[in-house]
Amino acid sequence: MKNRAFHKELKTFRLGGVHPQDNKLSASAPLAQLPLPKQVTIPIIQHIGAPAKVVVQRGDTVRVGQVIAQHEGFISSNIHASCSGRIGIIEEVMDSSGFKHLAVNIRVKGDDWLETIDRTDTLVEGISLSRDEIVARVMEAGVVGMGGAGFPSHAKIKVPEGKTIDTLIINGVECEPYLTADHRLMLEKPREIIVGVRILMRALGVSRAIIGIEDNKHDAIELFDEWLREDKQIEVQPLEVQYPQGGEKQLIQAVLDREVPSGGLPADVGVIVHNVGTTFAIYEAVQKNKPLVERVVTVTGKDVKQPSNFWVRIGTPVIELITAAGGLPESTGKVVSGGPMMGKAIADLEVPVAKGTSGILMIAQAETKRAEEYNCVHCGKCIEACPMGLEPYRLLLLSKAGQSEKSKRENVLDCIECGSCSFVCPSNRPILDYIRLSKTKVKKLK
Amino acid sequence: MSQSLLTVAPSPHIHTELTIPQVMRGVIIAMVPALLVSVYNFGLGAVYVTGLSILFCAGAEWIICKYLLKREPSIADGSAVITGMLLAFNVPSNLPWHIILIGSLVSVGIGKMSFGGLGNNPFNPALVGRVFLLLSFPVEMTSWPQAVATWSLDGTTGATPLGILKDGLRAGETVPALMPQMPSYTDFFFGFQGGSLGEMSAFALLIGLGYMLYRKIITWHIPVTMIATVFVMTGIFWFIDPTRFASPLFHVLTGGVMLGAIFMATDYVTSPVSHKGMIVFAIGCGVLTVLIRLFGAYPEGVSFAILIMNAFVPLINTYLKPVRYGRKK
Amino acid sequence: MNDVVIYTVLSLTGIGLLAAVVLYYVSKKFHVTEDERIARVEAVLPNTNCGGCGQPGCHAFAEAVVKSGDLSVLHCPVGGNPVMKQVAEVLGVKAVEKDPYIAVVRCSGSFEYRKKTNVYDGAPSCAIAAQLYSGDTGCAYGCLGMGDCVVACDFEAMYMDEKTGLPVIIEDKCTACNACVKSCPKDILELWPKGKKNQRIYVACLNEEKGSTARKECAVACSGCAKCAEACRYEAITIDHNLATIDPDKCKLCAECIDTCDVRNIVATNFSPEKLQQASEHRQKREERERKKREEEKAQATANNNPEPTV
Repeated sequence: MKNRAFHKELKTFRLGGVHPQDNKLSASAPLAQLPLPKQVTIPIIQHIGAPAKVVVQRGDTVRVGQVIAQHEGFISSNIHASCSGRIGIIEEVMDSSGFKHLAVNIRVKGDDWLETIDRTDTLVEGISLSRDEIVARVMEAGVVGMGGAGFPSHAKIKVPEGKTIDTLIINGVECEPYLTADHRLMLEKPREIIVGVRILMRALGVSRAIIGIEDNKHDAIELFDEWLREDKQIEVQPLEVQYPQGGEKQLIQAVLDREVPSGGLPADVGVIVHNVGTTFAIYEAVQKNKPLVERVVTVTGKDVKQPSNFWVRIGTPVIELITAAGGLPESTGKVVSGGPMMGKAIADLEVPVAKGTSGILMIAQAETKRAEEYNCVHCGKCIEACPMGLEPYRLLLLSKAGQSEKSKRENVLDCIECGSCSFVCPSNRPILDYIRLSKTKVKKLK
Repeated sequence: MSQSLLTVAPSPHIHTELTIPQVMRGVIIAMVPALLVSVYNFGLGAVYVTGLSILFCAGAEWIICKYLLKREPSIADGSAVITGMLLAFNVPSNLPWHIILIGSLVSVGIGKMSFGGLGNNPFNPALVGRVFLLLSFPVEMTSWPQAVATWSLDGTTGATPLGILKDGLRAGETVPALMPQMPSYTDFFFGFQGGSLGEMSAFALLIGLGYMLYRKIITWHIPVTMIATVFVMTGIFWFIDPTRFASPLFHVLTGGVMLGAIFMATDYVTSPVSHKGMIVFAIGCGVLTVLIRLFGAYPEGVSFAILIMNAFVPLINTYLKPVRYGRKK
Repeated sequence: MNDVVIYTVLSLTGIGLLAAVVLYYVSKKFHVTEDERIARVEAVLPNTNCGGCGQPGCHAFAEAVVKSGDLSVLHCPVGGNPVMKQVAEVLGVKAVEKDPYIAVVRCSGSFEYRKKTNVYDGAPSCAIAAQLYSGDTGCAYGCLGMGDCVVACDFEAMYMDEKTGLPVIIEDKCTACNACVKSCPKDILELWPKGKKNQRIYVACLNEEKGSTARKECAVACSGCAKCAEACRYEAITIDHNLATIDPDKCKLCAECIDTCDVRNIVATNFSPEKLQQASEHRQKREERERKKREEEKAQATANNNPEPTV
């Protein structure tokens, strides 16, 4: 009899960490299909790497799943039509990054899918493809990391030359407050996710996979434990609730007690980490031949009428999601794409949902407005909170003084921008703002 | 809502509740038990000294901000009130008002504002004031009223346990012979001893420590390490020669060790930032305290020890870095 | 007692003598011969260490200029021609005259013209805001208004105008040291030839959007309509990416383009209103002449192309 997950000792990462209120308001809202919007605007860069090249023209008719922008090179990703209809204007529009990027507009008409796509809910368990075929299929389907960073997934399944991977970690942590997209997906699609894990294991050639889930999602831990009762290769690891456990480096430290060397990749310590959302998308890409055209988005906030989790087509304007959740509350100060700790505040509600949009969060002005800033009192709370063992207060001062060389020596590039330092600073100092600036300057130094 | 504009700022978009005014309020609350013990022991004197000290410190900061620095007065952050309370905690409860005024001016004016206000002072302001007074008014600063609840401003004065010990040893007596002249350990613990206003009761101070740890205002590193260092070091000397050295428990419970370790060495501004640094700092404070007490001219050395270690803080911060992730060799 | 005094005096004198010998020896042994001209050049430089010349400071500039002896590349923008003349005298070479420059603000999107589309609540630094997003107004090219340039200015030659939200350059104080230009994440600031009689003409806009979009974002944005370019007799104005740019080397400061701009966003500094009025009339007359000429030519061409109808 295998050791049941919920009897296991909770693990967590060793350095730093903070405990913001988790506010998972939408945890009990089942996944619901968002009605099709009238038009979608699909940015052609939703990933790290080269932008895709547009292969459609204004006036073309497209079907759901059809490639509208082809990847350029290996570190790039395909972009598919998420709705059927006629291609509208192709121009630079504001997206959730806060800048204008080229995007393809589709005037939605009907819901006409490519017939190669299996849209049924039946679970397909048998994996018939070889390692290379899996990589090709994932690449074709345009799957990217759905935790937010957006690194093309096929590049992460291909084991780098000269590296051996021994463990696959599935990130079901969802440590950002408010967000519940991964949680709901785990509750409603556990078997699909498990098949996805097996696909990834086959592609990577590993025999051990660990699904890391934080202890505030007890139901998901128990569910996976139940389905994995007979499985000898995949296990569930419950984790203490602590932010930023979902950071790749922190998760690896929590689960395996390994440290990714500075400037290195998880593969350097024999680990590959994939998010549960990505794992599900990979299952659909490989088993159902379905490209990444929709994703789960949490729409939430303390004053939101119905905090919800929606299946949303990529490119849907954010305002549609907000309307479906009961409209923008009166108190709203910020609308954030992503979680409150690392998400981006958006200025315009017409921006489209992208592959990396895990949530739309409406925060009240009273809660999010930055308070008066005091002098640094050297309390050391930012150091205590930093999961990378940096000295944020010092990095702030160096950044203000424009001392890029010194910042580099203080390892500013190790910063993962989790925001813990700014979160805890009792003097309300904009620590991370300045650290980010410093990182940009240091990168230019080379 | 659709009419008003959305706010945009870099992440994170939420912030902890514990900001500077909250922290300062927390520290003030943590000092209340010790103040109550003082009021019980010294009656109106304690109230009078503490009140004046807070008033003078806050007033000094307000005047300096308003008329010298010409900027928005910063007393709302509460740090001047803490300086005032700490200064009062470090002086006898029968101190005349003009000495309190001088102490407050030195604390806030020289100790804090001359460096640019909150966050920039290298030395603990209250201790700067206290040491200044100790050197300038040695008689007034060491005439300790006895711990009897007298609701008048006059009372009998006497020496602190540490003073009795020092003078006794100088006169050639042994520790066991001096012990009967002093209150019992229980009295030390609950605060029936002579001494400065705030250092009466280890028990009350420990309640304050508990509160600050619970509110996560401070970590255990400095207070625990400093008290442990004093305990261990005096313990070693006591073990070597119990006739010349008092017991470790005596040293920990008397004088300002508790007050210093809990409220003064932990001052954010003048203590190191990393945990490693805090431990080194606290060990330094402990060792210096013991050395001054056992071998120095003064019976008590906590203030000097902390001030000396304050000077080392920038050095400690530069050389004791936190453990970096992913940079193990 | 006397002995003590004597010993003290003797030993201290001894220590002093010993130290003097050591110091003398060390200063001889490790003497660095530096070209004495470096010190003399440094003496005539402004010694503000602003870095406007591209060197880390005035001493480095002096070293570099003495080493190369070439004044065509190295130039102190703060001291300008008078200082460079003195430097040339020290070095015994011919001075190279350079036109003085000044910083100009290439954005006119004041609060009035450029409506806010969101409220920025991050750290008050243009560099940080620019890294986060395209800005708190519709215009992604315009000034962010938090004054990184004012902070960067070592000469107190700039301030932020609270009414417009734009930086203002104080002409007499600006030394063209380039610090503000480097500090601006949107490249609003630019060094521009100070011009004859301090007169200069430039387009105060950098918006590259299509005309209609640009005007939606900012009421005085350059729409790239090219009227100014057509009016220019010297081909000094080019339209690139829907944006008019004046080439200061070609511009003859005739000011005839100024009132062709329908949002009056071609800035002409230190021109009297009469002069501008004159220039405008001048241009209109010239255009009138050209129009007539064209009409005549056209009539001529029509006449030529249509020979008398055959019967």
